[in-house]
Amino acid sequence: MYRIASRRELNPSMIQLEVEASLVARKAKPGQFIILRVDEAGERIPLTIAGTDPERGTVKIIFQVVGATTEQLKFKQAGEFLQDFAGPLGQPTETAGKKNVCIIGGGAGCAIAMPVAEEFHRLGARVTSIIGFRNRDLLILEDEFRSISDELIVMTDDGSYGRQGNVTVPLKEMLEAGQAFDLVVAIGPLIMMKFVTLAARPFGVPVTVSMNPIMIDGTGMCGGCRITLVQEGKRVTRFACVDGPDFNGYEVDFDEAMSRSRMYADFERHAYEEACSLFEKEVG
Amino acid sequence: MAVDPKKHAMPTQAPQVRARNFQEVAQGYPMEIAVEEAGRCLNCKNRPCVTGCPVNIAIPDFIGRIKEGDFEGAYQVISRSSSLPAVCGRVCPQETQCESQCTLHTRAKMDPVGIGRLERFVADWHNAHTTERAKAPASNGHRVAVIGAGPSGLTCAGDLAKKGFQVTIYEALHTAGGVLVYGIPEFRLPKAIVAREVETLKELGVEIQANVIIGKTLTIDELFEDGFEAVFIGSGAGLPNFMNIPGEALKGVYSANEFLTRSNLMKAYLEDPKTPIMKGGRVAVVGGGNVAMDAARTALRLGAEKVYIVYRRSMEELPARREEVEHAEEEGIDFRLLCNPTEILGYENPDNPRDPKNGFVTGIRCVRMELGEPDASGRRRPVEIPGSTFELAVDAVVMAIGTSPNPLIKSTTEGLEANRRGGIVIDEKGLTSREHVYAGGDAVTGAATVISAMGAGKVAAAAIAEALA
Repeated sequence: MYRIASRRELNPSMIQLEVEASLVARKAKPGQFIILRVDEAGERIPLTIAGTDPERGTVKIIFQVVGATTEQLKFKQAGEFLQDFAGPLGQPTETAGKKNVCIIGGGAGCAIAMPVAEEFHRLGARVTSIIGFRNRDLLILEDEFRSISDELIVMTDDGSYGRQGNVTVPLKEMLEAGQAFDLVVAIGPLIMMKFVTLAARPFGVPVTVSMNPIMIDGTGMCGGCRITLVQEGKRVTRFACVDGPDFNGYEVDFDEAMSRSRMYADFERHAYEEACSLFEKEVG
Repeated sequence: MAVDPKKHAMPTQAPQVRARNFQEVAQGYPMEIAVEEAGRCLNCKNRPCVTGCPVNIAIPDFIGRIKEGDFEGAYQVISRSSSLPAVCGRVCPQETQCESQCTLHTRAKMDPVGIGRLERFVADWHNAHTTERAKAPASNGHRVAVIGAGPSGLTCAGDLAKKGFQVTIYEALHTAGGVLVYGIPEFRLPKAIVAREVETLKELGVEIQANVIIGKTLTIDELFEDGFEAVFIGSGAGLPNFMNIPGEALKGVYSANEFLTRSNLMKAYLEDPKTPIMKGGRVAVVGGGNVAMDAARTALRLGAEKVYIVYRRSMEELPARREEVEHAEEEGIDFRLLCNPTEILGYENPDNPRDPKNGFVTGIRCVRMELGEPDASGRRRPVEIPGSTFELAVDAVVMAIGTSPNPLIKSTTEGLEANRRGGIVIDEKGLTSREHVYAGGDAVTGAATVISAMGAGKVAAAAIAEALA
């Protein structure tokens, strides 16, 4: 059992938990993830690590309520326990040797982009951060990004905060103006990562994306997290849990990944509605 | 007294009933039948059955105890060699091991003695009648780390614990058992039996730490720094193989590992599960091993209206345990032998890219095969018959064509030699290229059987005990 040390609501649908897991805290690097189960009957869900405090032995996770399990997790308070918390899994983001990077976070992806940006900053790279949200109410981690970015651009879809538009707009502007990024890291919805890759392509800037596919064991056993890369015209299968979660954006078959991510859409909607109505009953 | 040429039949649930539930198919010999079956053993001098057993159980001795009605005594004989008798009695391929060597079979051309069924009877009798707990022996002060709580790791840990070693098992998943809990379904191996065997190990003093991924959470070098004197790697099967044919990324295509893990470990077979799985419809399982049989029969029990096994060779080469094949046939699994998939077909609405049905499996295209010359494995190589393509309409495809060894440990352990296929290289004592690091099971061999993994755990335990003595 893993104790929740603290809990903070970042916005109405995003919550940050600090979980006591000292072995994970000691090892975790930016870009890696954990697998958790809320209780004995629960499903295993992967969540990317949003930060660690090795001295206190805690691991920070930030999640958006998207289904039954995250709905259940939302109600966990500080001092309560999670059944399982295993990691760190996957390969860390490659951060060595970069001088000028652009970190792009979309929605909940900002939670994962944050420690990556922080690591580049710590290593002395110039960090430009572009973070995007649907609207002002969903904005998270603005202060944190500002403190570790040489430049921060906040975008909202509806213009209720920062600039209006999606994250590719300022990226394109900067690339066109001659900004010589030696790496773009995009973390967010698949559709956003796809379009960041398309926007960067004409400029030949390397793009790293963080894939978050359906996963069960997370340890290189089940194969559910497979994605297809196109390398030199050949389609190859890779497993996000052991080969990723970071991949070269130019190689990822995003359309296939988007299709696969909807495999259990019906099941999830049904389970989510049930979980919500259950809580309503308990509360009401 | 003449020996009955036939093995006593195993009582089973009726096929049409069991095909729709997850309760155990084979129900075990009643005591009278077990004693009668034991009476078929000739107790021959050269004991060929023992050499057919990967862990060398003293088979005629335990069968002799059954004849005398001393079932607990029989259990004690088995447990000298096997840490998991209730498991092996259920899942060992006895027909190619102990029973294939039985004198009744080799000399008299009769059915061999039902050794596996008797082993299961003895283990179940013990579990039902013994309240006495196993006792941890006095510690010898030596600490050994075991990686993976599957058949090889549990066996290695059990053997060492009985000798007084302080053993800690590190398990990556949330529960102990490895393939016994994530792979083999409830109807073939009830999880309560695995849990009971794990409990026995804990009583012997073995500590089990779940949620620790060696290679990630801790490394092998850190285990040594922590004071462990030897490490056994039993990390098991790794990434599933696919055929690299078009359509394998469609929704509804599973590896057998994923399909079975969802159903078994994550309990997707229960009503109202938290972990989703596709239920119902028509399912094709590709492959002919035990895992393929398990996946096909699981799909049926999840409510599939039709389940195919698609296998590229003939029934003769089909590697699954004979009993599982017979059970699958009785349950109505449709065997499409000498057939090889060439493409998985998916739905695509040309007028609506947002059609929610887009990208789901609709069928599998296969080509018929014939058997040609024997290949490197000694089996006749299947060859495509030109122009024999056909399609099966299915909603899901499960690829059960093997796995490669788990990559996590060798990628994070310096000096650990692996072969071309990713298997950890060991010597005849289970020792790897690293001092004091041993390995066994699927991490070494790639996908194999529970009992061969147990045998490897046993060999390594003996070598570790000798090295640390």
